[in-house]
Amino acid sequence: MTQYKMHLLVCGGTGCRASESELLFHNLKKEVFEKGLENDVQVITTGCFGFCEKGPIVKVMPDNTFYTQVKPDDAIEIIAEHVIKGRRVTRLLYVNPETEQHVADSKHMGFYRKQLRIALRNCGFIDPENIEEYISRDGYAALAKCLTEMTPAQVIEEMKKSGLRGRGGGGFPTGLKWEITSKSQADQKYVVCNADEGDPGAFMDRSILEGDPHSVIEAMAICGYCIGATKGIVYIRAEYPLAVERLKIAMKQAVEFGLLGKNIFGTGFEFEIDIRYGAGAFVCGEETALIHSMEGLRGEPTIKPPFPSVSGYLEKPTNVNNVETFANVPVIIIKGAEWFASIGSEKSKGTKVFALAGKINNVGLIEVPMGTTLRDIIFEIGGGIKDGKKFKAVQTGGPSGGCLTEKHLDIAIDFDSLTAAGSMMGSGGMIVLDEDDCMVSIAKFYLDFTVEESCGKCAPCRIGNKRLNEMLEKICEGKGTMKDLDLLRNLSHVVKDTSLCGLGQTSPNPVLSTMDNFYDEYLAHIVDHRCPSGQCKALLQYVIEAENCVGCTACARNCPVNAIAGERKGIHVIDQATCIKCGACLEKCKFNAVFIK
Amino acid sequence: MTKITSLADLRRIKSDVEAKMSLRERSETPESMVQIRVAMATCGIASGAKIVMDYMIDELDKRNIPAVVTQTGCMGYCYAEPTIEITRPGHGPIVFGFVDSKKADQIIEKYIKNGELLDGIIPVNYENIEGKK
Repeated sequence: MTQYKMHLLVCGGTGCRASESELLFHNLKKEVFEKGLENDVQVITTGCFGFCEKGPIVKVMPDNTFYTQVKPDDAIEIIAEHVIKGRRVTRLLYVNPETEQHVADSKHMGFYRKQLRIALRNCGFIDPENIEEYISRDGYAALAKCLTEMTPAQVIEEMKKSGLRGRGGGGFPTGLKWEITSKSQADQKYVVCNADEGDPGAFMDRSILEGDPHSVIEAMAICGYCIGATKGIVYIRAEYPLAVERLKIAMKQAVEFGLLGKNIFGTGFEFEIDIRYGAGAFVCGEETALIHSMEGLRGEPTIKPPFPSVSGYLEKPTNVNNVETFANVPVIIIKGAEWFASIGSEKSKGTKVFALAGKINNVGLIEVPMGTTLRDIIFEIGGGIKDGKKFKAVQTGGPSGGCLTEKHLDIAIDFDSLTAAGSMMGSGGMIVLDEDDCMVSIAKFYLDFTVEESCGKCAPCRIGNKRLNEMLEKICEGKGTMKDLDLLRNLSHVVKDTSLCGLGQTSPNPVLSTMDNFYDEYLAHIVDHRCPSGQCKALLQYVIEAENCVGCTACARNCPVNAIAGERKGIHVIDQATCIKCGACLEKCKFNAVFIK
Repeated sequence: MTKITSLADLRRIKSDVEAKMSLRERSETPESMVQIRVAMATCGIASGAKIVMDYMIDELDKRNIPAVVTQTGCMGYCYAEPTIEITRPGHGPIVFGFVDSKKADQIIEKYIKNGELLDGIIPVNYENIEGKK
């Protein structure tokens, strides 16, 4: 076998691919070949490194050099300088924003220092399309251990001891779920992997499937062994073409290697996996709606009980777990429940993957032990707020969660502490907001989303959310009254209490939490008819300061609706009735005469 | 393609691939093992640094010594090329000059394995910026 002296790992996640990492990969390969280095240097595509902000990423092993924002044309220089002459290409190194120095080694980057990667252990390290690389990282050893050394009851016991809780949002203990499903009697049972990741801004499940699909396949087989199922189904959204492709390749390889199919490891255990595509409906992340969608019915939830573990897909006992939950399973079996339980906080064990998005410097995917503070995540790993602005809030849990503010920065994040603070873990999306964001508009943004995504089956969610949205719109336009605030709060509670499924039960959370934390902003909109962060267009007024106006006519010439009147060298005035608040005048004025009131 | 039908089969594939992956695995924790840097500037390559590097990689692997071998630029000892710098865990770096395959063999056996010093060490004649207060 060829012993390569150097490995070039190129990120092949969706984010980096959008920035031409595929072409970069081909250029690197071509260059390696042209220089006759194909026996010395291995170029491979890996899953997401998480540092999407600065993609595409190329990591060079063994010296751990971390190149950022690499363009396809940079391939020649990397090969000529780094690979052949051993000199790092300084201009492609990550620059520490505080010291403005180049950081060559990923170990010294703030982004990676506080992370602990369990679910993402192989992302950015192995070639996801090569089963052998997964096997070399103890892949399928957990399945082998379960099948040859442990009884299903022992595996379930191990899972219960580990304290692993569902990573899809609910936080239900995984071992307990497996135990309940294992006790249901039926001729056929199913293992379902929920890969219908619908939260705006969340992409951890996609990255795991793109970067380490075998870990999910292995865990599903282990789950099948525990609950007595021979069939597994991955329900994945069709909008994730790369994840689907990598999953299919992985499944094919697993079958070829005899790790899926009949008589696995010669033990007589059989397990096969199938894929079902979702059409991208948010509600289908709810397990009963997901199951209906798999059956070919409308993606609508039904009342629980019966729980899927008793009567699920085709009315058979079905165990539904999320992608990230599954990705944790093989490690727990290999390293033991005690090891896993030693990480994290008292009631939430292990780590959690978060997708950092919004007004933060290091947008990307991170994994930290449960119990890490928000401050560490946002300011250490995330590198703080963009453009030196002030931190205002962070929305966790997507449209089902709430916002956390400055006073919450030091709470140790886990399932329970987030709920106590009026938000929730959700699937792990974290959208960071700065001083320029209007919290009423944010609440409205999420309500827009839930109104769009509500399946319409139950009245509180279908009608209630619509009414909430209308009230928020009224407030954003400055037409709200104090009575609306009371109504908003009351209706929010009614929708929460009476909706059928998790979607409606959580959709008013953004409204309630912004009202709790930013009541002043609601008041400003209603009482003063003013939007403090200047986001609500209807409440803005563009005004020309007579003192500063020199009459250059730049604003009048650029106004698309001719709302600005004034003679050359004379003072200009904006007609508020005609103005559409596009901001063109503010942008064009060189004399700081236009301002927002 | 061979089917995996037992735990032994899985272990066999793992050990086959492990050698290929070891470079990546070791790079994750370089502090814990011997780090070797081979000066691979023009002067080094002309004097045979590439052969020495290949030799080190192959031999360390054969003798089962976990090590990370990387290349670096000119260290400034052009008169003594090929030069290699060796850092044993917990020790400061030591530079050897005029290294050929024979010398490399001695370095592995004496210094890397047992910490015994041998001839050909180039005394450090500079300070680096990290040491400068």
